[in-house]
Amino acid sequence: MKRPNIWLWTASLAVYAFLYIPLAVVVIFSFNDSMLNAEWVGFTLDWYAKLLGDGEMLRAAANSLLIALLSSSIATALGAMAGIAMHRWRFRWLPFLVLTPVAMPEILLGVSLLLFFRQVLDLTLGFFSILVAHITFSIGFVAVIVRARLAGMDESIFEAARDLGATPWASFRRVTLPLILPALVAGFLMSFTLSIDDFVITFFVAGVGVTTLPLQIYSMIKVAVTPEVNAVSTLLMALTLTLILTASRFAPDVLRGRQ
Amino acid sequence: MALLEFRNLTRRFGDLSAVNDVSLAIEAGEFFTLLGPSGCGKTTILRMIAGFDAPDAGDILLDGVSLAGVPPEKRPLHTVFQSYALFPHMTVAGNVAFPLEMAKKSALEIRCRVNETLALVHLEDKADSFPHELSGGQKQRVALARGLVNKPRLLLLDEPLGALDAKLREEMQVELIALQREVGITFVFVTHAQQEALALSHRIAVMRNGRVEQCDEPDKLYTQPANRFVADFIGKINLIDVEVAVSTKVLLTLKAPGLGEIAAADPRPLKAGERGAFALRPELIRVHGHKESADLKNRFAGTVRELLYLGDVTLYKVALADGQVIEALMPNAAPGRAKFHEVGDPVWVCWRHDAGVFLKD
Repeated sequence: MKRPNIWLWTASLAVYAFLYIPLAVVVIFSFNDSMLNAEWVGFTLDWYAKLLGDGEMLRAAANSLLIALLSSSIATALGAMAGIAMHRWRFRWLPFLVLTPVAMPEILLGVSLLLFFRQVLDLTLGFFSILVAHITFSIGFVAVIVRARLAGMDESIFEAARDLGATPWASFRRVTLPLILPALVAGFLMSFTLSIDDFVITFFVAGVGVTTLPLQIYSMIKVAVTPEVNAVSTLLMALTLTLILTASRFAPDVLRGRQ
Repeated sequence: MALLEFRNLTRRFGDLSAVNDVSLAIEAGEFFTLLGPSGCGKTTILRMIAGFDAPDAGDILLDGVSLAGVPPEKRPLHTVFQSYALFPHMTVAGNVAFPLEMAKKSALEIRCRVNETLALVHLEDKADSFPHELSGGQKQRVALARGLVNKPRLLLLDEPLGALDAKLREEMQVELIALQREVGITFVFVTHAQQEALALSHRIAVMRNGRVEQCDEPDKLYTQPANRFVADFIGKINLIDVEVAVSTKVLLTLKAPGLGEIAAADPRPLKAGERGAFALRPELIRVHGHKESADLKNRFAGTVRELLYLGDVTLYKVALADGQVIEALMPNAAPGRAKFHEVGDPVWVCWRHDAGVFLKD
């Protein structure tokens, strides 16, 4: 029964190759001592050094990090509330409302947010609009993770807290919060990753003046895919991978599909 | 004044009356049990006492004061949940300290009381363990300690022994009785296990479909059931359809169709022709091979239809003349013999005139 199936192996390897070879190429050429992404010339860290000297790139990176930090913090707080509410009160429409942004095509969300900010709120696009947009699409992810965590728990634990003399607030602080903490950390890291990687929605709501890292990379490759782009992409990839791995450690039941 | 009182307590879920006009009084220091099959409303009552649910009509009074509108954390009572509901992120000591911390006791008092209470349930050495490191019985003890540590007026126990295996269950029953006697706190216990209720309680309220069928001491419930439901729910019993033939102040003569007359002791003035059931416990019936040795007041011939050998006793199912089968439980102790009769044996069953009770329909 356990005989390895050669076709299964071939198919799996082909899929992984398709997924990861392009990424590997980017990483390898970021260390290539040549302006062209054509052939391997020699190892260098010049492109990384050049990044550090690129003011525009650094500003974009700072924007990205700040927006990611703020939006994921706020989304974690709001998403936790939504997750708890979805778990505790079985409103039929609440999950639908919270989760729609997760399923909605990004381009649609981008267009609708742009219209909302400009036509309805008459807002000047920039840092704030990007922040709000990122919070919007992150809440759903946090809510799902928090709800999954709560769903796996014995409901009488929360009743026991009240029964033993805890006010609703004390019961939240001493029992609910510590128990959903792993989900909050995982949700925060997920949101952070989503925010720092987001291109489509940010592209619509950024306006002029404020640039994030993905937007900066895009504007650079309009000219040519330089090794500098490879270098910044490699760094972004490393950051994302670290965050995802950390998130999956904190909420294995949610992100890995098993305990 | 009663410690806890229900006045016409009613709770409806849609069309279903989960609790229907229940009035009861529970005295301080009592081990009181709400007993009934699942869905009889016992857990709903417990949740209303704890404050997780509110009555649609009627009232719950603690020390004569209504609990209506008082949130769970403000009620001077604690609950031991069926699933234990221990806080998984806290140690045993942390769990037990929780109610004291919520009551804003001093650190010193908390330490003393936690140690004291853990000693009470024999868990001193587990203070720093986490719930997932404990066995079922140990978790049970932690839940009890946590419920008792802040000396509540009332401890509610929701099928707390339900998750334990039979042997552990019996051990915990003994401990629970000792514990209640030691701390003197009033226990309100909910269970569907009638033997457990009989073993533990001072008084039992037997419930069905949201109503209390009978509220009495265990031996009264067992020997003087109020109706067919209670008789049948508590222990094993034979129910023989009868009608009253003659009733004097002391002796009641019942007519069992197809069987004959049954003599019973009943001081109630009953009218001839009243219908009901004659309820008779299997252990009060004797089974004999010879008519002469079956010398009790009520005596009927029958045939052993089936028997269950249980070691200390044997359960005989005896078919009587009219075809109905009654169960008799006979002790086995006799030198060199395990049981006294075999399937197919013609036998005589007999019982004293005061062995059974007449239940009016």
